[in-house]
Amino acid sequence: MVATDDNKLQELKSYMDICKEKEYPDSQLIAILHKAQALYGYLKRETMDEIAVHMNIPTAHIWGVATFYHYFNLKPVGKHIISVCLGTACYVKGAGKILDAIKRHLNIEVGETTEDKIFTLQEARCLGACGIAPVIMIDEKIYGELNEAKTIELLKKYEKIQ
Amino acid sequence: MKPKIKILVNDKEYQVDADQTIMHALDSLGFKIPRLCYHPKLSIEGACRVCIVEVEGIKNFVASCSYPIADNMKIRTNTKELRRARRDIVELILDNHPEDCHTCERDGICELQRLAYAMGIRKRHFQGEKKKYEKDISGEAVIRDPEKCILCGRCVRMCEELQRVNALRYAHRGFNTVVMPAYNMSFKDSVCTGCGQCINVCPTAAFVEKNYTQELFEKLNDDSIIKIAHVAPSVRAAIGEAFDIPPGKAMEGEVAAALKKLGFDYVFDTQFSADLTIMEEANEFLERVQGKGKLPMITSCSSAWMKCVEQFYPELLDNVSTCKSPMSMMGSMIKTYFAKKMKIDPKKIFSVGVMCCTAKKYEASRPELRIEDMDPTDLVVTTREVAWMIKSAGIDFCNIKPEQFDNPMGISSGAGAIFGVTGGVMEAAIRTAYELLTGETLMNIEVNDIRGFKGIREGKIIMDGKEIRVAVAHGLGNAADLLDVVKKDPNKYHFIEIMGCPGGCIGGGGQPYASSNSVPLDEEILKKRAEALYNLDRSKVIRRSHENPDVQRIYKEFLGRPLSAVSHKLLHTHYSKKEPKGIIPKHIKSR
Repeated sequence: MVATDDNKLQELKSYMDICKEKEYPDSQLIAILHKAQALYGYLKRETMDEIAVHMNIPTAHIWGVATFYHYFNLKPVGKHIISVCLGTACYVKGAGKILDAIKRHLNIEVGETTEDKIFTLQEARCLGACGIAPVIMIDEKIYGELNEAKTIELLKKYEKIQ
Repeated sequence: MKPKIKILVNDKEYQVDADQTIMHALDSLGFKIPRLCYHPKLSIEGACRVCIVEVEGIKNFVASCSYPIADNMKIRTNTKELRRARRDIVELILDNHPEDCHTCERDGICELQRLAYAMGIRKRHFQGEKKKYEKDISGEAVIRDPEKCILCGRCVRMCEELQRVNALRYAHRGFNTVVMPAYNMSFKDSVCTGCGQCINVCPTAAFVEKNYTQELFEKLNDDSIIKIAHVAPSVRAAIGEAFDIPPGKAMEGEVAAALKKLGFDYVFDTQFSADLTIMEEANEFLERVQGKGKLPMITSCSSAWMKCVEQFYPELLDNVSTCKSPMSMMGSMIKTYFAKKMKIDPKKIFSVGVMCCTAKKYEASRPELRIEDMDPTDLVVTTREVAWMIKSAGIDFCNIKPEQFDNPMGISSGAGAIFGVTGGVMEAAIRTAYELLTGETLMNIEVNDIRGFKGIREGKIIMDGKEIRVAVAHGLGNAADLLDVVKKDPNKYHFIEIMGCPGGCIGGGGQPYASSNSVPLDEEILKKRAEALYNLDRSKVIRRSHENPDVQRIYKEFLGRPLSAVSHKLLHTHYSKKEPKGIIPKHIKSR
């Protein structure tokens, strides 16, 4: 486990070294944070410290960027990230009810992670799949034309795989 | 000469310099467009939109602070629509401000309050949602109250651009935006150096010093203890401003008298211990020049600078003078020398530093400065706090009869007075070191090369045939630039003075707030404060620290000689590397 974390840090550092070669290294910060989140699943404080020292960017500034964008997770996330679309089309087709059903089923609020660390629940605005509204996205996969029952079935499938 | 262009302001023709902003052009013509986030020493943020003007041909009002002037530009500054828009903008800022003015620390000395008045906000049209945040009272020096913050960003830019500490930044977004240290950590854990410049530039009370006035009033009523105050040079150079006395008047005897009226049993002069510092520091410097210790030697009087060096330049710690600051030297002498002399139990002494500085509050809490199991300084109040106490206690400061500081630590040389100005510690040290080394008196004692307000200044003095190269920096940003030079070329200088605040202590984080017709850290006002101290120096017969009779006596009666064992125990210390949680990027650039 420790070894993998070391590898991840090494990969992040190599990535930062490439960024440093670019014309405006400071403006690579968002890309670096994306890379860090891809590696660790969320932005750890220790990771942000590493970025600060390696890129010579004040931590307060990194923190400002990390908190500005909703995409960045500041807490550990579950194995699967559920994004419930609350865009206009999904909303009028009952996305609110779907969200409530998921909250009840998983016993978590938006932004939280289940105790077994399997699911993290997020809200999303329009995933660009209005034609099959209401939709949710689990990790990179879109599921459409849902209702409350279908959604719970879907979650159960994911739970079974574990 | 800069090229001139023609502009029309409210239908009247003017000639102004090209290549400037509308605001600067209008300033030069006698129009002072209302403004809030703008500060002349900081980069342009354009965040508040208060400074809007109307420009013909442009559909929307433009922020004059950030819009360039152009030939034949037709500007209006005071139309009905503009006045209404400005009024609305300021009212919207007030809408999520606590509006608890009458119980606020800055009631009556608040820029937002003045602005709201000037904009004519007499009734309210909107009611906005209020922000709810806890105050951060963890730091020894500075308190942060996000509820009062209006997000003008002056503190962020000050901390980033001028001080380059980068303790503060905007976090989160929209209505939830808060100015905070990284990871929302407490000030105590952050890289904050306590310099208090965020307080100086804040238009509201989002940043204030940790206020100890109530505790002090209580102590002053306690007859079982002996209350002793001492006053930093820069306090006397600025305190008058808090009483609407024009800047530049040194109020030395007035402060001494007011503190006695407040109930202090003894009032000493920190300038005395500045002289003492010079005795120790000049001798330490000479030792280093003779090979005992690292060069360049860097001064250690500025509390914000000390925190800065511990966390950003730990490799230079051996270059830093081991001398405690004048405040801590005075505290040490009060609780040892004075207590012994007066046969007082030092544990019964309550020693108070009246300082121009917020970081001194932090310094007072430092364990490495303790002596014989006691804190040399029990409490620090700033110029602002003590001015308030004087008002609150009903003391007529403007008409007070000046009094002398008390014996045996009340006499100071001119060298002690100039300690408060950037370059002053260096100049004072040179006056004494020269004589120590050469045995001759330095006749031309005003060292002009290192006077003034340029960010970094250097000078050369020939002492005993040897060229001594010195450098001075004020403000932690300038200090960073100077130290980068030192790191590249360690032999470039022998002696370096660093003061953490712009202008030195006279621009300290605890000095009176800007009046309604100036801006925080106005250079002209800093110059007047400096002149007040230089005038004090000129007015004194004794202008060299080693000629101070009180200093001579303390060595004779108590310390022995400079750098003696007693001196080392009581007047010197060692600082160590600090790693504030998670933040150690060095050479942080301003962006």
